[in-house]
Amino acid sequence: MLKPLRLTQQGIVFAIFVVLFGVFAVFLHGFLSAANMLNLLQNVAVLGILGLAMAIVVIGRGIDLSLIAVLAVPSGLVLQLVQDGDSFWHSLLLSALLTLAFGLINGWLIAYAEVPSLYATLASGLFLAGLGQAALFKLDVVQWSPGLEGFQFLGQGNLLGVPMPIIVFAATCLVVAFFLRRTRLGAFIYALGDNPFAARTSGIPTRPLVVIKYVLAAMIGLLAGLVLVASVNSGPTRIYNSTLIYDVILVVVLGGIGLAGGRGGVLSVVIGTLLIGTMLNAMTIMDMSYSAQNLVKGVVLLVAVIADSFLNPRNEETAQQGDI
Amino acid sequence: MTLSKMTKWLCGIAAASALLGAAAPAFAQKGLEEPFQGPFKAALAGKTVAYVPVAMNFDLTEGWFAVLKHQLEPYGMKVVVRDANWSTNAGAQALTTLIGEKPAAIVVHNPDVQTYAKLIQRAEKEGIFIIQINMGSAFRSTAFVGANWIEIGERDTEAVVNYCKGKSNKIAVVQGALSAAASAYTLKGVENVLAKNPDVKVVSSQAADWDAAKAKAITQTVLKQHPDLCGIVGFWDGMDIGTAAAVKEAGLTGKVFVATSGGGEQKGACDLVKSGAFDLDLSYDVPTQGSDMAALIKWLLSSGMKPGQVKGSVYTTLIPVTKDTAGKDGTCWKLEQVKGS
Repeated sequence: MLKPLRLTQQGIVFAIFVVLFGVFAVFLHGFLSAANMLNLLQNVAVLGILGLAMAIVVIGRGIDLSLIAVLAVPSGLVLQLVQDGDSFWHSLLLSALLTLAFGLINGWLIAYAEVPSLYATLASGLFLAGLGQAALFKLDVVQWSPGLEGFQFLGQGNLLGVPMPIIVFAATCLVVAFFLRRTRLGAFIYALGDNPFAARTSGIPTRPLVVIKYVLAAMIGLLAGLVLVASVNSGPTRIYNSTLIYDVILVVVLGGIGLAGGRGGVLSVVIGTLLIGTMLNAMTIMDMSYSAQNLVKGVVLLVAVIADSFLNPRNEETAQQGDI
Repeated sequence: MTLSKMTKWLCGIAAASALLGAAAPAFAQKGLEEPFQGPFKAALAGKTVAYVPVAMNFDLTEGWFAVLKHQLEPYGMKVVVRDANWSTNAGAQALTTLIGEKPAAIVVHNPDVQTYAKLIQRAEKEGIFIIQINMGSAFRSTAFVGANWIEIGERDTEAVVNYCKGKSNKIAVVQGALSAAASAYTLKGVENVLAKNPDVKVVSSQAADWDAAKAKAITQTVLKQHPDLCGIVGFWDGMDIGTAAAVKEAGLTGKVFVATSGGGEQKGACDLVKSGAFDLDLSYDVPTQGSDMAALIKWLLSSGMKPGQVKGSVYTTLIPVTKDTAGKDGTCWKLEQVKGS
């Protein structure tokens, strides 16, 4: 006899992805070419990298709304400093230090000052974006300047025919997966997300762990930012005003990382990213209008969420404190 | 002319200059009052001009502000800015507050054709001149200064269509934001030209929300589907950096004609045309637009006219930035210089 198949949110989203992918592969001319597949992945690589950063934070129970500010400001700062005559490596070092300090502040606010992560990162993200606009940048779109030659390889280059953004995404996936599943610190983060009080009682240093979480997220955010600016040859710092943060949360939640924490992993992010990437790519090929694209995106996401709540109804046992 | 005639002439001239010579000192000692400059100065001194851009911190809005200040402040005018920072609400609030403060004139940069229309009408009724810049609203105020988006769409598309002659005739369009009138008007211009060229096929026409990363993603996908694409009409050079990056990555620079438009700033336009990223960037030359606005404000305030009594437009004469013109002095402007001058 077959074992009863238990469908998780991750499984449902994966199934939707497989069905959509299959339909497009058969009916949409030019979708299933190697070139288009690479292209599909490349277009969602930055989103995927951000998803990984968000995943670390959410798995350990928390949320980081300041990720888009971290994506935009430190990477823009590299471009601005080089434009003002600084060397590339020195600018990169300064930006990394800024990011590190920002992650530490986030972590401190949440772990020691005990500000809920939602408010802490909302405010700190606003602060960082404002700092960038008021003090660091002359223009919203920081322009490319000589002195950055070679840097665009990170966003536009190829390694064995594979575009660099995909390679960076894949490498980050491996590192984060190893960290979460194979290191003690990773196991602690799951414990923290599952039940912070139990984690503390069992002797896990939860406060420093929270700080580490936000520092890691910020550093991954910087990496995503570097890929982004290298890929579009400019620093679009105005991206802070966009709705990108919702896409990031979507990728994470869609793949089955519950906002309550303790569940999911890197695979969830990959599946969520693939689904979004497939939809965006196919709709662009079909030359669908912008409004129709939003409509389709919304319908597919609703289907995923509704299917989950039908197949895995919540009850007192599975519901967690702080579940959204 | 005979010799005797010439002597006669010379004598005449000598006599005339002797007469003038005698009379001239009388004029030189007493200056002549110019009757119009006094009232002009009085009409300007102490007045305030408010400036409501959709956001500061980009080449267009920074450039306009700098020029307005340099042109008007020496006459004792105050130029204040109310930055809407990409929020339509914040902009509408700023306008409402300004109507209460009663500046002499407000320079408005509309995010769309509807939101500010009623407020602009009210402001003019209250006696405030409204100058709309580059993006107009549905309500026509005393003056509009700015690019003719239809013309931009037509000229960009014509350039692409011409380049495509004898090639695949497949083109793509990268629009801005759907809600922006500038984007919709430009699209109309594109359609006008396409209607005359039925053999040209638009394989993709998508909105990238003025976002370089989105423009790049869309263009990459389109180029993979149609590697024989011969041209792209983009709607703003700040966004089409991404379009150009996709073309470059596909190794098609020089094969795919990229036409776009923008404010003509050195790094945003000329440098990118020189590097081969864009083949045509239609510039609406921000310093000229700034000077046009300042001149209108001077004229309106000194005329004694009431707001709304006359209504007119100053469409900006476009400067095409191409490989031939990009290297020439004066084609583009530098933001640091305009801010510093």
